[in-house]
Amino acid sequence: MSYGQLFNGFFRAGILGYGGGPSMLPLIHAEAVKKYRWIDDEEFSDIVALANALPGPIATKMAAYIGYKQKGFLGAFVTIFAVSIPVLVLMIGLLGFLFQFRHSPIVKGMVAGIQPVIGVMMAVLAYEFFSKAWKQVEKRGKTFVILLTVASSILLTVLSVSPAILIAVVLAGAFLFSTRKQRAERKVRSEASYETDQTSTERSG
Amino acid sequence: MVLWHLFWAFCVANILGYGGGPPSIPLIQNEVVNHYGWMTNQEFGEAFAFGNALPSPIATKLGGYIGYQVAGVPGAIAALLGTIAPSAIAMIVLLRFLTLFKTAPQVKAMTQGIRPIVAVLMGLLAYEFFRDAVIGPAGILHTILLAGLSYLFMERIKVHPALVISSSLLYGAVFLS
Repeated sequence: MSYGQLFNGFFRAGILGYGGGPSMLPLIHAEAVKKYRWIDDEEFSDIVALANALPGPIATKMAAYIGYKQKGFLGAFVTIFAVSIPVLVLMIGLLGFLFQFRHSPIVKGMVAGIQPVIGVMMAVLAYEFFSKAWKQVEKRGKTFVILLTVASSILLTVLSVSPAILIAVVLAGAFLFSTRKQRAERKVRSEASYETDQTSTERSG
Repeated sequence: MVLWHLFWAFCVANILGYGGGPPSIPLIQNEVVNHYGWMTNQEFGEAFAFGNALPSPIATKLGGYIGYQVAGVPGAIAALLGTIAPSAIAMIVLLRFLTLFKTAPQVKAMTQGIRPIVAVLMGLLAYEFFRDAVIGPAGILHTILLAGLSYLFMERIKVHPALVISSSLLYGAVFLS
């Protein structure tokens, strides 16, 4: 197992992966499980589960773990570097070149031309997030999705609440709510099993 | 000081953008444009468009590019560390406790809860870019045409975003200069 292979695997996944980290998972799987056999399928799905549970970009989390497992911290550095830096340098170069001519009318025209496309990209992402939220809940949850959407629209625009604070509150709320629900379900289950235990002892006695 | 701010801004935006890179985009915009004023909304939009048109994770491209614009290579490193390091270290340290996370209902609840808000934030950003395009040099007709065509090609015909971005740059160079 060499640093070169770690670099190549994550470099390929990086330059072939479009649409952000989550869409790169199949590419990382192809390199890490199928091609180089750094890890097996079971371990791959385990680290995907953990990566999903933790905040932050997913591709670099996968790279960090796989690189660290192969070659320690230096391995993690190599994989993270390979997955993110080459394209970043390309982007800095491309935009830097373009904006050397920022004041030329042609570049001003280009900047004006790209603006509606940025709007479309943002709108598409907005729609995708909303439809994911909508499709993955049952009927009762849908009211909640609407409530959250309307409330956050008002808070963010009319009341100018900071998005970071709003999201932090919602994350904390979701965490506490699901923890309470989990506890309540456990309690119901343990009471049910206690009752069956009672009846079985009564019968036997 | 600016390096610490870069680290902190990207650290916060990426940790709160629960569920991978894309949800952190509006949070990064808020830190970079509204909070620290490192860039105009237009400049941020350009970085987002190029980042979206190029491969590899979006969060690292935004962090590295914005950090570089603000404070050169050290800025890029600070912003990248804020983006990558906390979650990468957590990943390595926490794997032995995997069973705790694997089926945790909290993960699903948090991912679900944040989605409508990310959708609203993205929708507000989309509105701002359309508004700026309409009142800017593009004007309402070019904006409608460019938005309609780029939606058609990107989402319906599934042309590569890099091609759509380059075409719109070309369109702007020819018709809007």
